[in-house]
Amino acid sequence: MDSSIIIEKSVIILVVFAITMLMAMYSTLAERKVAAWLQDRIGPNRAGKGGILQPLADGLKLFSKEEFEPDTPNRFLFFAGPALAMTTALMTSAVIPWGDKFHLFGRDIILQATDIDVALLYLIGVMSIGVYGIMIGGWASNNKFSLIGAVRAASQMISYEVAMGLSLIALLMMTGTLSLREISMQQAGMNWNVFYQPLSFFIFLICAFAETNRTPFDLAECETELVGGYHTEYSSMKMGFYLFAEYANMFISSTILAVLFFGGYNYPGMSWAVENWGVNLANVIGIIALFIKICGFIFLYMWVRWTIPRFRYDQLMHLGWRILIPLSILNIIITGIVMLRAEIAIYLGF
Amino acid sequence: MSIETISLSGRKKVVSNKEMTFLEKMYLLAIIKGMIITIKHLFTRKVTIKYPEQVREMSPVYRGQHQLKRDEQGRENCTACGLCALSCPAEAITMKAEERKADEKHLYREEKYASIYEINMLRCIFCGLCEEACPKDAIYLTTSKTLVESSYDREDFIYGKDRLVMPLDIAMKNTQLKNAN
Repeated sequence: MDSSIIIEKSVIILVVFAITMLMAMYSTLAERKVAAWLQDRIGPNRAGKGGILQPLADGLKLFSKEEFEPDTPNRFLFFAGPALAMTTALMTSAVIPWGDKFHLFGRDIILQATDIDVALLYLIGVMSIGVYGIMIGGWASNNKFSLIGAVRAASQMISYEVAMGLSLIALLMMTGTLSLREISMQQAGMNWNVFYQPLSFFIFLICAFAETNRTPFDLAECETELVGGYHTEYSSMKMGFYLFAEYANMFISSTILAVLFFGGYNYPGMSWAVENWGVNLANVIGIIALFIKICGFIFLYMWVRWTIPRFRYDQLMHLGWRILIPLSILNIIITGIVMLRAEIAIYLGF
Repeated sequence: MSIETISLSGRKKVVSNKEMTFLEKMYLLAIIKGMIITIKHLFTRKVTIKYPEQVREMSPVYRGQHQLKRDEQGRENCTACGLCALSCPAEAITMKAEERKADEKHLYREEKYASIYEINMLRCIFCGLCEEACPKDAIYLTTSKTLVESSYDREDFIYGKDRLVMPLDIAMKNTQLKNAN
């Protein structure tokens, strides 16, 4: 391995990390702005022009808050919780293909930290570790509200992970690969998976809401019942990490939705752009297209949050186990029948 | 007419607990409907008033902080009759009367004046009954939009004559304006 690939990957990792953080930061502002707009208000507009420095002000405030620690026997876990939540939120971005190949300095540069062939499996794995941050934090807080919040978060994640995985299997049957890069490339032009697997997309979307603990599935931090849920005992930047991890998660799951179902960096007329404007410019437009899709999904998250109220816990479980899982299994069967229709026709003697 | 059918507002609705249809059970239609409603609000005019730069328009009958008036020659109108204190439903006003000395004729209009005149702004409800009761046109509730300043100390909310009496130069300016007209 030559040294230039190390430099290349380091730069990509750094940039991806910075962008994830930046997007998470500005998602907090966007959330407040969207909430305000949907409620006929104007939102934060004092820090900087139009409130553009509000996330910095929020961060500064969180840093200067008192660092409270409950009387807990698990001091190490209490500190590990937010760190774990943040780590898992950032880990997922490693396998996302942010763009096609760049051709710079006489070499091809892939806009992806690592192109592993089990990327999708890795994603699901890391996302399911995500609940550990919440669970450990809630457990170590030594507080019944935190514990109930953590238990809720854990059972909710486990329930929805099943439906999520099953909905992806239908997609996998179609694409035949686990590599996000290849899935992206297969969707070139307007061959977006959402047109072929709308039900799968729909189930995945609902599960993504549940996985990120967003309304209407934010029972883990249900204020009316559990004070603050798993982060009741947290203060200062540890609390900030939890909130930040939520927004980072939201960004990542929006990215996954865009990559898996909405064509990733593909946009209509990309091949034309490659021929006429060159690879690099076409790729820059591709990255912009991907980010427009991501922002669209982030907006959808916020739009839903400020529209519908929270589910009751039994409704949540009902939806997860008795509706989404059968639906996704049905989807797998339908996909299988459609894929093997020729063989089935021959078998039945048509 | 039986009591069940009466509807004074005309908007009476009978609550039914009927079984939901399949479409209703999916909630999807309702969710999409709700989302259309919220997205419409994204484009409506915002009701926020950006306070320090923008001030809400007050009602024409708005009553602000009190002022003790002076007459054309800059003399205090108040004669310490105590009718304002008597009329005050919140018992916010106290005063102490004193007799005017011979050399104080340029300061007070009447032969008796209030040496101490205090309004407790924590008690005052800005009803304006003091203004109505005053026979000497001495106390008025202004249209000033300045609010009573906040403080940690209750003593700071008891406004004395230093803060209530109209400043002399403003009184003189008013007289000049009146004469000019």
